[in-house]
Amino acid sequence: MTAIHNAKLPAYCRAPGDKVFKGLVIAFSSGIILLAVSMAVILWLEALPTFRKFGFLHFIQSTTWDPVRAVHGAFPFIIGTLITSFGALLLAVVPALGLAVFTVEYAPKPLALIINYTVDLLASIPSVVIGLWAVFTFAPWMREVFYLPIYDYAAANLPWLLPIIGAPSNYNLVTATVILALMIVPYTVALARDAIRLVPADQREAAWALGATRVEVIFMAVLPYARTGITAGILLSLARALGETMAVAMLIGNANRLPFTLFGPAATMPSLIINEFREAVEPLHYTSIMGIGFLLFLLTICINLLAAWIQQRLMGKQGRIQ
Amino acid sequence: MILKLRYARDSVFRIMIALMTILVVLPLFIIILYVLINGGSAIRPDFFLRDLGSPIRAMTGQPSGLIHSILGTIIIDLCALFIAVPFGLSAGILMSEYPDNPLAPPAKLLTSTLNGMPAVLMGLLAYALIVKNSGGFSAIAGSMALAFVMIPIIARAAESSLRITPWSLRENGLALGLPRWIVITQIVIPAARPGLITGILIAFARGAGEAAPLLLTSFGNNYLSFNMSKPMDTLPQRLYSLAISPYKQWHVMGWGGAILLLFFVIIVFYVGRKMTAGMEARAEQKIH
Amino acid sequence: MGNNQEQCCAVPTIRMETKKLSVNYGANFGVKDVDLKMCTNQVTALIGPSGCGKTTFLRALNRMHDLNPAIKITGTALLDGENIYDTGTDPVVVRRKIGMVFQKPTPFPTKSIYDNVVAGLRLVGIRKKAVLDEAAERALSGAALWEEVKDRLKAPGGSLSGGQQQRLSIARALAIEPEVLLMDEPTSSLDPNSTTRVEELIQQLKNTVSIVIVTHNMQQAQRVSDYTAFFYVGEMVECAPTSELFKTPKHERTKEYLGGCFS
Repeated sequence: MTAIHNAKLPAYCRAPGDKVFKGLVIAFSSGIILLAVSMAVILWLEALPTFRKFGFLHFIQSTTWDPVRAVHGAFPFIIGTLITSFGALLLAVVPALGLAVFTVEYAPKPLALIINYTVDLLASIPSVVIGLWAVFTFAPWMREVFYLPIYDYAAANLPWLLPIIGAPSNYNLVTATVILALMIVPYTVALARDAIRLVPADQREAAWALGATRVEVIFMAVLPYARTGITAGILLSLARALGETMAVAMLIGNANRLPFTLFGPAATMPSLIINEFREAVEPLHYTSIMGIGFLLFLLTICINLLAAWIQQRLMGKQGRIQ
Repeated sequence: MILKLRYARDSVFRIMIALMTILVVLPLFIIILYVLINGGSAIRPDFFLRDLGSPIRAMTGQPSGLIHSILGTIIIDLCALFIAVPFGLSAGILMSEYPDNPLAPPAKLLTSTLNGMPAVLMGLLAYALIVKNSGGFSAIAGSMALAFVMIPIIARAAESSLRITPWSLRENGLALGLPRWIVITQIVIPAARPGLITGILIAFARGAGEAAPLLLTSFGNNYLSFNMSKPMDTLPQRLYSLAISPYKQWHVMGWGGAILLLFFVIIVFYVGRKMTAGMEARAEQKIH
Repeated sequence: MGNNQEQCCAVPTIRMETKKLSVNYGANFGVKDVDLKMCTNQVTALIGPSGCGKTTFLRALNRMHDLNPAIKITGTALLDGENIYDTGTDPVVVRRKIGMVFQKPTPFPTKSIYDNVVAGLRLVGIRKKAVLDEAAERALSGAALWEEVKDRLKAPGGSLSGGQQQRLSIARALAIEPEVLLMDEPTSSLDPNSTTRVEELIQQLKNTVSIVIVTHNMQQAQRVSDYTAFFYVGEMVECAPTSELFKTPKHERTKEYLGGCFS
């Protein structure tokens, strides 16, 4: 008994270790909080001269971006970002889900493993490398095989389509969107795959027992149950698409003016930043690019909030399962 | 009979998703193939011994290479990792081990927010904080920008690796009378080590592939330099510049650089998989 | 073992019958050479200790084992005289005629109560609202759930209590008007009140469907069934009208099980 009492560490010995460690952890953790906060604050501050000059709302709506005449408006780039991102999403969702369903429901284990490795590897490839291949190999091929024939056909038979399509140039909105779609597929696949795997066996069995065919089981029991995870995958892909910079910048050119044509150059917020930042000598040019950065930041935050809200709604609608 | 239709629909569906799978999987192989074919000719000893120099070198057939980009990548990325790990790991520890701390909920929220942020914004931030105030583009600014990219990735990986370690580890440690910080550093973290290392590997690989933040901070340098306060070249950023340049010789070198990057990514990917497979095997054993 | 079968089904119409039905996983037998007759509009209970093969046998009756390529089935299982395991027979069609209710209630959580009930009908292409409405009401009434949910048919299936969810699962199975209803320990995850309600339900249901129920609760078998078959280590040991089996079991094993020597 006395031995234990005497064996107590003096109070001043034990406290410091824990306190010091916790203090260090908290101190360094504030780094990440500071990072997020300073991103919002610094981007705003750097962009302030532009917002002051043009007005925040006007800056968003203005369609003129002319560094020479010192007029800057963000609208073309917002539109470009939205068109490419949502276009890519539309292209990517169905193949991504199809692949996820295929690997979980149909493919034999070894094949599924290979496919999953391939898809995950695709996600790891640096954007520049994909951009490089797309610029030198994919874009010219698309031009030969799709854009030129379509353009010629339209020129001959559907002339009203020409203003929308535009003359096929080396920088191309459609090519950029297609490559963007390829790059975001792995994100939807990964989350959809996990969500589909988690669907309990008894949900599937209930569907089988009602006399459903294999596809009917998938659509009746599996996909609805997995819809939260699938939606998460889709939204994550959208967020990635919005911010994807290098490959898009290399493919889309730098058209500062609306309207964009499908086969012609365009611009997105990230592509603008990359294309013009290093040459921005005028302070107003610099602060306007910062303004674009701030808007991109806001857009990403909005998508994150939207994602969280949708997740809430989906979970709420389900009720509990006993 | 309607049953026939249902089965026909089944077959169509099966064919379609098989086609979609091919559609998605094929490009990876095509990309790797083209990179190897087009970049093969660039991989010569000079590639690893010389720096780029001015375009005249390439146009007049003098040897040039990308050693400055390769070394620059290693230097800047390792510095970035060095900076990022303490901050990311601490945030992970906070979120996993001290969830009641008032900083933990905002840390959780902001970590997931930052994980979805375009890396180019980190470049803008680093520019505004460092390049603007230090008078010019520099390697250290590039390291900071990459650190900004890596920190959220490490934080999230650390938090989830720590969180999945069994609670009994902590209970046993505390029951033995060990102070909390010893329990965390000597028991929990070693237990989570494979996941932590994988997370750090992944963060490093992500950072190593980023070009956008570096274009705005370390800017690039045609010549070999070890000066952290001056512009330094990195492989992804150099690839971009080579690709958009008008010189054919530089394009070929770009493909060569792409081979290196691909090689690096595949190795990290493979090592990462091996580690997670090891983790899963060990987890299975524990259950039994 | 042979003469026991005659007592198993006294009512003239045999709805389902198995002849030397065996289910094996590789070298192991889940169920071996079972001959069992199940009568129309009667409740046949399958009892036995855990691992005796009663659930495996039950699942063979609606070809649920088709989903597992490692499982081989031999012998025949006849529904109204036709072998459901014939090479030309479509399992999808079989499962419409032989429905199943599982141990855990499994409503589709993202679907409303209404959509859950009519799910099976929609599969075969029935779209007319009037037809579906009528079928839903019939099925829910048959499952003794109509009064409780008729005002909230659009509520999600997961918002019901456990007992209600199980009755919803039963309604869903009933909506497609099967000829036989297989029930795999349907009350083992329910509280006593819900259990009682479901047992009452089974008594009413047997007038419209023939029921085969697996239960590990001997008292439930006595309360609910007309005939009981006792399984042990993959074989059917004895089958008789329920009161007879429980009062005067003929086999040693049966006596031991009923006496509580093993469970």
